[in-house]
Amino acid sequence: MAITHPLTAALPSTQEALPDGPVVVADDVTLAFAGVVAVKGVSYEVAPRELFAIVGPNGAGKTSNFNLVSGVYQPTSGSMHVLGHDVTTMKPHEIARTGVARTFQNIELFENLTVVDNLMLGRQQHLHYGAGAAMLRTRRVQQAEVANREVVEAIVDFLDIQSHRDALVGMLPYGVQKRVELGRALAMEPKLLLLDEPVAGMNLEETEDMARFILDIRDELGVTIIMVEHDMGLVMDLADRVLVLDFGEVIANDVPSVVQRDPAVIRAYLGGTDMAELEGTR
Amino acid sequence: MATRPRMIRSHRDAMALVRTPTRAVWLGILLVFAFAAPLWMSNGLLFLLLAGLAYIVGAIGLNLVSGYAGQLSLGHAFFLAVGAYTAAVISGPSTQTTFGLGINEILVWLPAAGITAGLAGFLVGPIATRLRGLYLAIVTLGLVLVGDHVLRTWTGLTGGVGFGRQAPDPTLLGLDLSTTGPILGVDVARSALLYWFSLVVVILLTILALNLVRSRTGRAFQAVRDRDVAAEIMGIDLTRTKLIAFTVSSAYAGIAGAMLTMRLETIEATQFNLLLSFLFIAMILIGGIASIPGSIAGALVIAILPDIAGPLGSVLTPVFETLTFWRADAGFPLDEFQLEQLLYGALLIAFVLLEPRGLIGLWVRVRNYWKAFPFSY
Repeated sequence: MAITHPLTAALPSTQEALPDGPVVVADDVTLAFAGVVAVKGVSYEVAPRELFAIVGPNGAGKTSNFNLVSGVYQPTSGSMHVLGHDVTTMKPHEIARTGVARTFQNIELFENLTVVDNLMLGRQQHLHYGAGAAMLRTRRVQQAEVANREVVEAIVDFLDIQSHRDALVGMLPYGVQKRVELGRALAMEPKLLLLDEPVAGMNLEETEDMARFILDIRDELGVTIIMVEHDMGLVMDLADRVLVLDFGEVIANDVPSVVQRDPAVIRAYLGGTDMAELEGTR
Repeated sequence: MATRPRMIRSHRDAMALVRTPTRAVWLGILLVFAFAAPLWMSNGLLFLLLAGLAYIVGAIGLNLVSGYAGQLSLGHAFFLAVGAYTAAVISGPSTQTTFGLGINEILVWLPAAGITAGLAGFLVGPIATRLRGLYLAIVTLGLVLVGDHVLRTWTGLTGGVGFGRQAPDPTLLGLDLSTTGPILGVDVARSALLYWFSLVVVILLTILALNLVRSRTGRAFQAVRDRDVAAEIMGIDLTRTKLIAFTVSSAYAGIAGAMLTMRLETIEATQFNLLLSFLFIAMILIGGIASIPGSIAGALVIAILPDIAGPLGSVLTPVFETLTFWRADAGFPLDEFQLEQLLYGALLIAFVLLEPRGLIGLWVRVRNYWKAFPFSY
């Protein structure tokens, strides 16, 4: 008998049918800051319900890619389609409303607010009342607040952070903050979730917990996930496909077992130019 | 279950404004005390308290835009002026020097003051969506200077510098709130009716503000303040959120401006200057940034400062007279007003250095100390 996760009931729209075709289509995307080209003609597609990983050495353009998908940056050239929308020139909050959520490499939580308030901020686009109604605290506002608080509580339970519920986020340990940030993204009820180094700086136990959360989110909720991560063990275990970037360019895009043995990837990571190439340049 | 009747069992209870019976009792005592004030207070103190009530509304307004939404505004005095003069024009009669509509019903001109100022805030708001931090502060500073200049030159509105125009005339449904003498046979202070009306307005506006800050909009304010990139990723429209913050804040300022002047005989065109803006910044700094109770506390402290400065001066005078290096016959070198300015500067510095969370932070510390007593934490 299949066990329904309470989270599936709390976040119904994550399981809605996605538009046909890939969830993300990056077509020849370039991002340049004056002379520095951070992303150079990158093209890739992410299929529905896929756990897609982006890896690469420091400065390869992984986070820049996230910023392009979520609208923090707009591509200098090329186009970006997410969930059937052309997001090339859309603003971050507009992209967020199409069903895209993300976490950040260096935690970007609202430190002066409690865990619950941070998660409630994730519910922002699911609360539809205006400022006037808010001031009068109408019945509709109260009902909306309670209903969304219940969703938040389901996420709190899922991430096992009940004891931190009313704590100010700035006071929490790093590992818990990482979880809260995942929770905040989850509260948005996304169809596409971008995770920027979800296990950076975590010990083995915390990493294993986080891996379990990520798999649950994908398997139970059916959320498509793109993950940037340096922990190769985690990436190779979890990811369906891996995109490898180096100096803003795609050097490999395949299943983990193939990517692991790709000479270009090994060269990018170990810096080893092989002898044949050295001979050639001489 | 019945063994713990005070346990919070629903989200609705957890979100309530008054969560515990203890708080309800203390709030009740505070309200009784506030409403009874005219029965025992001197006219002078009540007059200051009347200003205090207006300050509370203005401080809450400034705290919404600067404390919650993080948009530092030095332009608060401008919106107070908009409110004050809207009220004065609606309530005042047309004379040879100034124009007016002659509708002295407070239920007309007080909301109108809020609406006009709110509209002004809505028009100025877009500036805030393009600037942040000190740049925004400088632009809003310009707003006060422009406003000050307009008020000095537009004599049809203000009656001109040195003359002024009649302050808004508070009449509630035909009852003149500035009447003197005993009410229902009870001897009360002179501006008692005005005080009670103001108190009700303050309570209503406080509840509205408390509702706002614990809502979707209030959380968006704080998200924009703390991390605007993350806020956008949450689907928060920065422009819209800042615009709402400026509009609501300015509406509060407008109502405060009308309340501040309705207790006076005349409005003087020069009183809405930069100093008034700073006074409100001092209130929220002393009371507590991003705290509605803090705004109230800060506003009251600033309001009664003149009443503290007087007695303090008379205490300090004999001290100075005993000091030999000081000319004995000179007495205390500062007058009451100078002492007040000095006090308020000293308070500002003390709070910013020692307790940046303001009076509310101080209160939290004291409360936590007694909660844990006799242990230190």
